[in-house]
This record gives sequence, C-alpha cells and structure tokens, in this order.
Amino acid sequence: MKVAVLKFPGSNCDQDAYFALREDIGVGAEYVWHEETSLAGFDAVFVPGGFSYGDYLRCGAMASRAPIMDEVRRFAHEGRPVIGACNGFQILCEAGLLPGALLLNAGQKFVCQSVTLGAVNRTSLWTQGVDREIHIPIAHGEGRYVADETALQKLRDNDQIAFRYLGSNPNGSVDAIAGVLNEKGNVLGLMPHPERATRDLLGSTDGRLILQGLALALAV
Amino acid sequence: MPTVRVYVTLKPQLLDSAGRTVASALQKLGYSELEEARIGKMIELKMSDASDARIKEMCDKLLANPVIEDYRFEVAE
Repeated sequence: MKVAVLKFPGSNCDQDAYFALREDIGVGAEYVWHEETSLAGFDAVFVPGGFSYGDYLRCGAMASRAPIMDEVRRFAHEGRPVIGACNGFQILCEAGLLPGALLLNAGQKFVCQSVTLGAVNRTSLWTQGVDREIHIPIAHGEGRYVADETALQKLRDNDQIAFRYLGSNPNGSVDAIAGVLNEKGNVLGLMPHPERATRDLLGSTDGRLILQGLALALAV
Repeated sequence: MPTVRVYVTLKPQLLDSAGRTVASALQKLGYSELEEARIGKMIELKMSDASDARIKEMCDKLLANPVIEDYRFEVAE
C-alpha cells in the first residue's frame, strides 16, 4: 500500500505529508513529480499544500493542468482515495474534481492558527473516524470556500460536506465549510492541514483521525 | 501581430476582499465619494493568428474559472 505525494513547483507541505504518512500513519509514501504521467503502483494520492506556481493567475490553476492531473482524474473516477489539503484543495477544485472554488479570505488576512472542526459527513473513508470535534491547524490567505446555491444544495443533499469550522469561521467560507467530498466520497479537499497534526510534538494528533481512514481503506 | 486583451473579473455577487481593502485605502485618502472598488486582471496575449474560437478556448481552459469569474476579450491589430 503506497500513497503518491504529488510535488509541484512551489509545493511546500509535501515533506510534512510524506513524513506523517510514513512515520505516524504507517503507510508507504513516495513523491511523484507533476510532470509524471502514471500512478501505476500507487493506491492513493495526497495533493499537498504550498504555493504551486507561485499562486499565479489563481491558486492551483496551473497545477491543476499539470501532466499528472489527467492520471489523478482517472484515479479519482475509479473511486480510489484522493486527498488535497490547502493548496491541494484549491488544485482539486480547479481540476474539476471537487465543486466550488477558494477565494481570498473575507477578513483580508493570512490566517495561521488552530481551528475546531466537526465532521458533517460520517460515512466516507476520510470522515468515518472523526467521531468528535477535532483541532487542526490552518495556514492560508485564500481559503474562503464559495459555491453557488445550486452547487451548495447538491453538496447538502448528497452529504458531501466533509467538515465545518465550529466556533469562528476563519475565512468567511459559505456555510462555514472547511472541506468537501466528491459525489462518491473518495476525494476529499480541505483547507486545514491534517498532516500537521499527527503527533503530540505538533500540538495535536487529530489529523490522524482523517488520515487513518486511508490506512483502513488500503488495508482492505 | 494581433494583441489580445483578456479581462477577467470576479463575479459581481462574490465579495472581493482585496478590492474592499483598496476602496478603504482610497477613502482614507479623502475620496469619500468612492462607493466600491473591484479588482480584476488584464492578460495581454500576442498571437500570430487571433481566432475568437481559440481565444475563447484558452479562457475556458485556463485563464478564467467559470465558478467565480467572468471574462471578455478584445483583439487589436
């Protein structure tokens, strides 16, 4: 069982993800450069955070058109696990794998803090283990989730809202949405960083509740 | 060589928080008549052949995100 941790020019959470997956979750992980065109031998994909392509044009816009993304799209459509955190979430939205988009925070500030999250969906591989409020860090300037009313209604009807911010909404996301799933529930995008919350030294181990779903899914 | 100017703007119903910051700075400079500022992008393209269909394709594929943005373009010789 092996997770592909994608690397784009400007990714900067790839090493955190690689470390968390191998050391704390106990699954295999290898880096995959964005110019690659195959995910053969991999069982899941982690799209890491950072500032791919310097956030030029729009966050995640260029990365979502990189050669590896056709393969990620195929992988996702086959129902295999794909997770994108922070810039990874922006990339998955830009790639059309998740509905909606992420805009500059409503409060105009870069926010770097721990947030409290609640899982709304409780059945997907990513959310089934989140049976309580969790505390996970965020660090982003463009994390305000937006989707039009039709898309939002579809998200609610299909149980695709993965996480909501509890307490304060740090970026003005509609409906306090912190993360969403695709229709099948195998693709998760979220602004918080579960890979930065996998051991006590980091201040929280709650990220494991999300990432451990991966270990369970891959073990089957 | 034709020059194409593509204008990409945030959909009007979406809050433009960067634009709001600019508006507030202008108001502090004394432009009290200013009601709102919204920021868009202008992307200039030099093309050997500027076909409307090809330009539209570039906008749809990369330059604008239809979930949050509108675009228009003009071609100057």
